[in-house]
Parts: sequence; structure tokens; C-alpha cells
Amino acid sequence: MKKLIIFFAIGIFIYACSNNSNQNSSTSSRNSSSKATTSDYDPKRGEGKHDKVELGDKLDAKMAEEGKTIANLKCASCHKYTDEKLVGPGWAGVSNKHQPEWIMNFITNPDPMIDKDPELQAQLEICLVRMPNQNLSDDDARKILEFMRQNDGVK
Amino acid sequence: MNLKRHLMWVTAVAVAATSFQACKPRGAGSAVAGNAAERTYVPPGQYDEFYNFVSGGFSGQMSVYGLPSGRLFRVIPVFSVDPEKGWGFSEETKPMLQTSHGFVPWDDLHHIEASFTDGMPDGKWMFANSNNTPRLARINLKTYRTDEIIEIPNTGGNHCSPFTTENSEYVIAATRFSVPPDGPESDVPISSYKENFKGHVSFVSVDKETGEFDIAFQLKTPGVNFDLSSAGKGVSNGWLFMSCYNTEQAHTLLEVNASKNDKDFIMAINWKKAEEYVKAGRGKKQTNVRYAHNKWDEHTHSATHEIKTEVTVLDVTEFDDLVYLIPCPKSPHGTDVSPTGEYIVGSGKLAALIPVFSFEKFQKAIANKDFEGERYDGVPVIKYESALHGEVQKPGLGPLHTEFDDKGNAYTSFFVSSEVVKWRIKDLEILDRQPTYYSVGHLMVAGGNSKKPYGKYLVAYNKITKDRFLPTGPELCHSAQLFDISGDKMELLLDFPTIGEPHYAQAVPADLLMDKSLQIYDINANKHPHKTNGESEAKVERNGNTVRVYMTTIRSHITPDVIEGIQLGDEVYFHVTNIEQDWDMPHGFAIKGANNSELLVMPGETTTLKWVPDRVGIFPFYCTDFCSALHQEMSGYVRVSPKGSNVPISSYTGEKAE
Repeated sequence: MKKLIIFFAIGIFIYACSNNSNQNSSTSSRNSSSKATTSDYDPKRGEGKHDKVELGDKLDAKMAEEGKTIANLKCASCHKYTDEKLVGPGWAGVSNKHQPEWIMNFITNPDPMIDKDPELQAQLEICLVRMPNQNLSDDDARKILEFMRQNDGVK
Repeated sequence: MNLKRHLMWVTAVAVAATSFQACKPRGAGSAVAGNAAERTYVPPGQYDEFYNFVSGGFSGQMSVYGLPSGRLFRVIPVFSVDPEKGWGFSEETKPMLQTSHGFVPWDDLHHIEASFTDGMPDGKWMFANSNNTPRLARINLKTYRTDEIIEIPNTGGNHCSPFTTENSEYVIAATRFSVPPDGPESDVPISSYKENFKGHVSFVSVDKETGEFDIAFQLKTPGVNFDLSSAGKGVSNGWLFMSCYNTEQAHTLLEVNASKNDKDFIMAINWKKAEEYVKAGRGKKQTNVRYAHNKWDEHTHSATHEIKTEVTVLDVTEFDDLVYLIPCPKSPHGTDVSPTGEYIVGSGKLAALIPVFSFEKFQKAIANKDFEGERYDGVPVIKYESALHGEVQKPGLGPLHTEFDDKGNAYTSFFVSSEVVKWRIKDLEILDRQPTYYSVGHLMVAGGNSKKPYGKYLVAYNKITKDRFLPTGPELCHSAQLFDISGDKMELLLDFPTIGEPHYAQAVPADLLMDKSLQIYDINANKHPHKTNGESEAKVERNGNTVRVYMTTIRSHITPDVIEGIQLGDEVYFHVTNIEQDWDMPHGFAIKGANNSELLVMPGETTTLKWVPDRVGIFPFYCTDFCSALHQEMSGYVRVSPKGSNVPISSYTGEKAE
């Protein structure tokens, strides 16, 4: 929790700085997704505020159930829960393939990651549709991650 | 050719050129400030300093521009249907344009004013009035949509509106055309104007939180034409000042017959006193009125329409301390109160001077009963000199409207002499005059109707454009002209075209609004009765000959996209839920042969298109708003069979449902 708070604090600080530097006297400008150099991009963690995601050894079934409800509304239009590709890739195996931090960052912060992540750029060449930002809260995202784990056989 | 003759020709040409020049309404380019381009250029990716909300006049809409660039960002439908947004076409928006006269698809939006807190724009709403079928509207500055429209009873044309009090306790609506009060008694000879025609001034209350309108009370006044008004502020808070013309009470050929009196009036209303009288039960309930009250619900994404039948009326002639008339030359248009609230400027459009009244002197005149010998139809008339602060002499021709800056100056528009004149309130001295191109009506100083004007920019809204832009046939755009007023002299910076006829405008600093702008509708807060909560709930349901299609859109497919079992004679409702939750990701919906436009559905919103197929066959539908690289694939088919066909209702996307 402490870590999370520190991370938020840093986040706000960075945001405040970037806002400031973009101000000028008569007109203001704000960029939503700043294109930083990709050199500091960590392809294991992705980019976003999720630095460390704690997973339980066992599945939190209630959480997974709630995650499924959210996924049915916001994700299932494009993702099947099998390995079959629809608009985007199927979800089978996704929680084994990626770090939880990467998943949480990607689904809450898709646009900057699509611009930088080598695997996402390769996916974009296949799908040609950028994954929409579905405005998931951190809580929503964590529940969806739990559902992905359930989908991948975690009991 | 001898020298003399040569010289004569040169002189003749020169004279001709000069006099030709003199006939033209003053030369153009010379008035523009040298570095105007730099001062109005907003580089790509940067923002303007001000939002500029501009009345769309006979278009019935309101437009949103940036200042100083003059770039158009948005057109908001208020009193008119708007195909771009499906406004007035979707089933959900149709009730917004209902009136006691039925569906009115196009009206004449005149003025707009911001909602105020302590005399300053608070960034919540814009108010607008429709002049023809009299109504008031409230526009939400988070969604840039019209949230509410209320019709005004007992009113001929709601021109003198939607001006608000210091804390937007009330928005004012007042009749331009006096008429007999509503009801069966109103069948009278038109020539009986003097006996039977009355003015009505409506005080429409605004809920501080929700903004909801209610006609708190109406004041019944002698029959005159109300033109514009301005609420008192600061020292004069609690009062309302309205310009009256046609005090001759003419009912025909007003051009001549309503222009006879040397002085008409500014009507001063003590609205706090009116509140007290209403509270004390002195008003009369009138129950033979019918007026529409339409509200938009952001959660059901739908409008409701109801007809109300009661209003409380105070007859001003029954009270001695409610309403006073101040003589004002001649057929006044603007009545504008200075930022401190102390000065009231009357802009008599046929007058050769501008009278400036003092609130303090006006109050003294009331205390001393400094009245003319005769009342006007029962209303006390203050002596002109007793309320007068002074007159601006020889300001120009045809003064219409005045606004104020942050340095004690006033700016008046002159329709006939096509100019803006800057003058000092204190000593009434004229400081500067600049030509406009051409025939300026209203003008607007940023915050110029508030207690602390932002100053810096003035925009003149001109009625005639003529040679200012590339010609486009007989009809030309009206133009706006941006002036920098930060220095001693006004500097013309920019011309830009406008939509319809901009009668009035408001400018609000960008940082007051931009962070509050809504990006998406939260799909979890969507309470539309026909919402589709995710693709798994998409379906088609038949109930008699009503077929409801519960449909979703997301980049880039529609669910369901194969629909069969529709029959001739069916009424099909496509309830389209856009399940995107990303900013700037609307989807459109159109189906071949629909008589009722298309839809544009915002992220998280549900919107409905009614479709009555007129023939058997296969009807494609598709997304009309380019959404992704696979937008062209975002489509589907409906099969329409003859009535009584045995093709069952079915639908699917991607794979056929078993």
C-alpha cells in the first residue's frame, strides 16, 4: 500500500511538471500521451502506474466472477475467452504469458503502450484496430485479471 | 494633348476616385493592426484563451468558437433539429422540441447569457431564448447539450431574454409583441391594442444544483414592446432594467407609428419586492395557460415532455413600489448595467445621444417622488433629469448595445454608422471609434456583462458582410470582427464567418471550462430502458408489429449484424448502445430507406432510430462515423419479408446462433 502511495505521489509530481512546462503565456497546450523515448520502456512491466501487482496463490472466486461481468460488457466484443482470435487475440493463456503488471498497465493505459511495446506493435499489424481505452478503474482491471487467471485454470 | 488638359483629366480621375471611396463604407485593410496574424494565430496543438459561445440567430443553434483564433469547434442544437447529431430525429431527442403547439423543428435563437455566481460566469450553463415560439433553454457546459427547454405563456415573442440576475436566481423572459393574455378572452380586435394587449415579464427560477427551470411568477405590464434587459448587480442587485419601445402602443406600421415619441422607457423592476408580494400571496393563479416543459436526463439518455397549465401573475399596476419607468430616447434597444451596477446605459436606436442613468439618482428620485405628473397606464414615470447621470453627445448613428471593460470604459455598437465607439463612463468622453464591416448589431466584450470584465477582446457581430469574404451567392455569412481592446485604441485583428445571425455572445476563459468537459458517458450509469449491457445481451424482440433491436457498437462491428424475420408493416426500433468507453469514439448508425435521419451515439450512450421498412428485400446498415481502419467493415444486413411470412425472428454476429 505504501508503495502504491509513493507511486501515486511520483505520478502526480510528474504530471504537474509536464503540465507546467507546457504552459505558455497566451495559449496553453496539453498532451494526453507524451511520446517518450522507448529506451526506458520495460517490455516486461509495460507502462502505467501499476508497478507491483500482488497475486494470491489461490483464485479469489468472487473477484473473478465480478471480473467476468465487467469483461462481458467491456471486452468480450473483441476478445473470446478461448484461443480463437476475434477482433483481438483470444484470452486463453494470457495470464501465463504476461506479467500481471503488464496486463494491468495495458488494459488501463493502452494507447501509450501500443505506441511502444514491441509485441503490441506486432499485434497491431495483425489486428489493425488499436485496443480501445475502455476506462477501466484499477479495481475493474484487477478483477478482470483475476478472471483471466480463472480462465487459465487457476483454482 | 496639352498639359492643361492632361492635368484636368488627372484631377477628374482623382476626384472621382476620392468620391467613390467616400461612398463605400470606409476602406478595409488600413484598420488592421500590423501584427494581427501573430496575435490571433494559435499554433497546431495549442488552445485558445477563451471559449466564445455565439448565438446562431435564425439557425436556432448556438455555436462554440475559440478566441482569439475564431476557429469553430461545435454547433449545439438548441431550438432546431440538427442532422449532424441526430438531434430532433432520434426517439430520445424528439420531446425536446415539443411545444404546446406541437413539434417545432426550427426556431429563432436570439441571445445567450452565462449562468452567474456573484455576477461572474460560473461555467455551469448557458441560457438561450427562442424568439418565435417563446421559450427558454439551458445548455449544459459539461456535455455541450441542451438540457432543458421551457415555453413561456402569455407571451408574443420572447426577445427580451435570457438575461439573468446576479446569482442566476432568475432568467428573464419578456414579450417583444404584447398580446392579450392567453385564454378564450384573447379573441379581440387587433385595433383594440391599447385596451386589451398586455406585456408579460417572466421570472424563471433556476435550481442552483440541477439548474431546473420553473416559472416562479410573471408580471403583467402595460402593452409595449420589450426589447432587451439587464439585471442590476452590485449596488443595483435586486433590480431589472428593460428597454421598452412602441410606447405609442401602435398595432400597425410600427416602422412609422412606433417611432413617434421622442422618448420611450427603460422599465425598472424591483424583483426582490416582486418576490415578497408573490410570497405574501398577492399574485393571481392563471390556469388557462398551456406551456411545454422539456427535460433531458443524462442517465436515461432521453428527454421528457410535459404540458403545464398554471402560472402566478402579478399585475404591476396594483402596486406602487414594484415598477417604475425611466424616459429614454428613442426606441431603446440595449439597456446595459455597468460592472459596479451604478450606471444604466440606454442605447436608443433612433437617438442621437446615449443617456446614462445613475442608480443612486434613480433611488433618490423614487424617495423624493420625483415623478412626471401622469402615470403611464398606471405605472409611475420618473423625471428624465432626476435619474440622469449624463449624455454621451454625438456618439454616432443608431446605438444598439453597450458592454464594458475592466478599466471603467464602455463600448457601444452603432448599426447605422457601422462603428464601435469607446467612451469613459465617468465623464462620458469619447475615447476612440473604429469602423466595422458592416452594420454591427450586438457586440461582446469578454465578460463585458459581468461584475469583473475580463477585457482584452471585443467582438463585433455584424449584420452585413457584403464584400468581406469570397461570395457564395445571394446569401452570405454574417461576420464577427475581433478587436484587441487592451490598449488606448481598439485594434482590429480578425474577421471570421459565423452561423445564422449572431445576436449576442459570451466569452468564458478556457480554463474555467476545459477540465470539466465530459469525455464519455459511464456505461454503468446508463439507465436507458432499452440499453444493451454488452454483446451477450444483444437481441431482437418482436411484440405484435413492434420489433426492438438491442444493438451494440464497438470498433469495428455492430451486434447483431445479421437480422431476419422483419416483416412489412413492422415498426422497427434500433436501440443502439455504444459500448466504447474511450473519448471521441462515437459510432453512427444508418439503414437504407430510413425516413428519419441517422444516429450518432456517444460512448456509453443508448440512442434509438425508428425505421418502418417500405418494401421486401435486404437492407444494409452501417456505422456512419469513421471509427477505425476497419470502419468500412462495420456494417450488417436486415432481411425484410412480406407480412405473414414464416421467416422467424433471428439475429447473430460472426457465427450463426443455434
